[in-house]
Amino acid sequence: MSANLIPLDKLPVGASGKVRHLTARGNARRRMLDLGMIYDTTIETLRKSPAGDPVAYQIRGAVIALRSEEASKIFIESIKQ
Amino acid sequence: MGLTKQSTSLGVLKGTTGVDIEASDEIIVALAGNPNTGKSTVFNSLTGLKQHTGNWPGKTVTRARGRYRYRDREYVLVDLPGTYSLLANSMEEQVAGEFICFGRPEATVVVTDATCLERNLNLVLQIMEITDRVVVCVNLMDEAARKGINIDLERLSALLGVPVVGTAARSGRGLSALKSAIEGVAFGRINTSPLKVGYGEMLEGAVKEVEERIGVLAGGRINARWTALRLLEGDSPFIRSIYRHLGFELEEDKDLRQKLADIREGFEGWGISSEEVRDGIVSAIVKTAEGIGRQVVGFNRKAHNQLDYKIDSILTSKTFGIPIMVLLLGVVFWITIQGANVPSDLLAEGLFWIEGRLFVLLDSIEAPAWVADILVAGVYRTLAWVVSVMLPPMAIFFPLFTLLEDLGYLPRVAFNLDHYFKKACAHGKQALTMCMGFGCNAAGVIACRIIDSPRERLIATITNNFVPCNGRFPMLIAMAVIFSAGSVGGVVDSLVATLVVLAAIVLGVGITLLVSRLLSKTILKGLPSSFTLELPPYRKPQVGRIIIRSVFDRTLFVLGRAVAVAAPAGLVIWVMANTSFGGVSLLAHGARLLDPFARFMGLDGYILMAFILGFPANEIVIPILIMSYTAGGTMVELDSLAEMRQLFVDNGWTWVTAACMMLFSLNHWPCGTTLWTIRKETQSWKWTWISLLVPTITGILLCIMAAQGARLLGIG
Repeated sequence: MSANLIPLDKLPVGASGKVRHLTARGNARRRMLDLGMIYDTTIETLRKSPAGDPVAYQIRGAVIALRSEEASKIFIESIKQ
Repeated sequence: MGLTKQSTSLGVLKGTTGVDIEASDEIIVALAGNPNTGKSTVFNSLTGLKQHTGNWPGKTVTRARGRYRYRDREYVLVDLPGTYSLLANSMEEQVAGEFICFGRPEATVVVTDATCLERNLNLVLQIMEITDRVVVCVNLMDEAARKGINIDLERLSALLGVPVVGTAARSGRGLSALKSAIEGVAFGRINTSPLKVGYGEMLEGAVKEVEERIGVLAGGRINARWTALRLLEGDSPFIRSIYRHLGFELEEDKDLRQKLADIREGFEGWGISSEEVRDGIVSAIVKTAEGIGRQVVGFNRKAHNQLDYKIDSILTSKTFGIPIMVLLLGVVFWITIQGANVPSDLLAEGLFWIEGRLFVLLDSIEAPAWVADILVAGVYRTLAWVVSVMLPPMAIFFPLFTLLEDLGYLPRVAFNLDHYFKKACAHGKQALTMCMGFGCNAAGVIACRIIDSPRERLIATITNNFVPCNGRFPMLIAMAVIFSAGSVGGVVDSLVATLVVLAAIVLGVGITLLVSRLLSKTILKGLPSSFTLELPPYRKPQVGRIIIRSVFDRTLFVLGRAVAVAAPAGLVIWVMANTSFGGVSLLAHGARLLDPFARFMGLDGYILMAFILGFPANEIVIPILIMSYTAGGTMVELDSLAEMRQLFVDNGWTWVTAACMMLFSLNHWPCGTTLWTIRKETQSWKWTWISLLVPTITGILLCIMAAQGARLLGIG
């Protein structure tokens, strides 16, 4: 894994990244792929919930909330603004 | 997802037989789509009131069917569960996929959301792999227009190779075009040539190798290409259903088995795992959808979702998110309490006027006095009470609640609260099932189906009763108004009452979380399952539709059930109150027996007796109590809450009694209907009993703590 990959839950609000790698397995992986999180998909962190977790992400035009457990299994390459 | 007649109706619980087709000249049409696309609006607009709801055979997945006529033909519309895909392992996806595969619908309509088309195309492409007879309905065109999103429907149709119809189902726009397209596809007048997703040289080569053999073996009963893909990815839940449908296993064939083994070996040789095959399949579909989306979707404004984001940044903000949520809930209750007073009084007046006439009528036909007593003082009076107490708050509460649901606010509630559910090792969507529980716990239990993981679904089911349902609200409100409000009058009173009710609800939520955690640590051990929650765009609510839907589907349904329970209960209670042994009525005997324990809990024997007799429906607890306190064994005509307060005070109530009564109404056994629903949903007596015991024990403990605490402190 290259050094500039970060798990999605470390992507700050307002920043975007491209999906590079999923570490989730089985059903959880399927669900993420079904939501369109395939290689190279752009994801933007939209906002945190009041307690800071879950976090809402913009994925292919939809707003999807993920808990940190799920987001930490999605590795992205941060896009420089 | 909502507390609609379809979802709460007991019909939901009855098993239905497979893909039953009543008459051969009916045209079966399947309705598929992602969640939140307005699929049910399309379903409702097409079928109107001609609907029938059941379960998919052997599954706790709701199946709605409805019919409509179009050009002298009878169409049966089967509403499939909302899914993002047909590839993952959820029960909903399996049900949807199996129906499209084996239910042999003449046409399948895929409802998509115009404001999020690309993601929706994922499912469209998957369905087009199974069947050629597809009509794509691009719904919410009005919302898309409002957001400055353009969709080139003609181009979409050309690219997909199937008819595409743009609709705004809420206002009925495009529905006749949709019916016409369905007709065209069903009768083969419109020739479709669905776009097939390309999976790259290697996978396509493999498909080609086995496709033909599968076609020969299955004899055209299933789509060979689709089956080939499922076999190649392996581990697909569909393989088992395909075999069940065919009656034999394709891999029994030596030739095919050999070919599949060779292909898999080949893949392994290239270092490609079966997981990568699956990833490749999904990625190809998503990329195809992306490519189509790029060609047909145009954005007039770059920031088309900006308004939604702005609203979200307030409604889910760190500082205001939860306070706003509590405030909104408070406003809903306050409007309900405040608004229900006058119509409640008017209804009571009217209904009790009728009661007088009924006595006169029975007297004139010379009915025996005891018959008149049973029918009027027993059955009718209980009914009148239930109607006048329940109807006005429900007629206000349900439309307000439906409004929040329609606006798209409820998923935000789940978003705001998920953290606490996670801490309780439960699922965030439990917040939604709890919201549903405010209307009716049986509906809340059914709503638990939206939670995928069995463990978390059970937690949500068992704890749903900690949210006070509509049948218990009048009780809570009455207690709050009677014993917490002073004599300041009017607005201040109802404000204080609202705060007390709100506190009761917050307590209920707290108990839910605590008990959920307790269950997670004991009998339902496990880690939280994966959590994804879509926050759909906010939508402009259709006020007319909300009123109709909430009054007919919810208010009248819940009221009808309460009335059906109240009438016989009124009879039984009247008999119990008027049959005496040794000069003491049955009711009083029971109450005396319960009295020592009840008093230890801060209640009295009559109150506990009323809760026990109120097992069929919580709505009748207060009527029973009043009936028991008034010597005659029938309810008195209590014109105002002040009189009710006086009656209770005369029977030795203090504010501690009222507080314990509130605590116990919040935490005791679920009503008969809810328990029956739990039994049906869990298919287990064990969990039904646990669902009964957990809240009951909690309630008894809380009441004892409150009563004994107050005693020790010397208050009350």
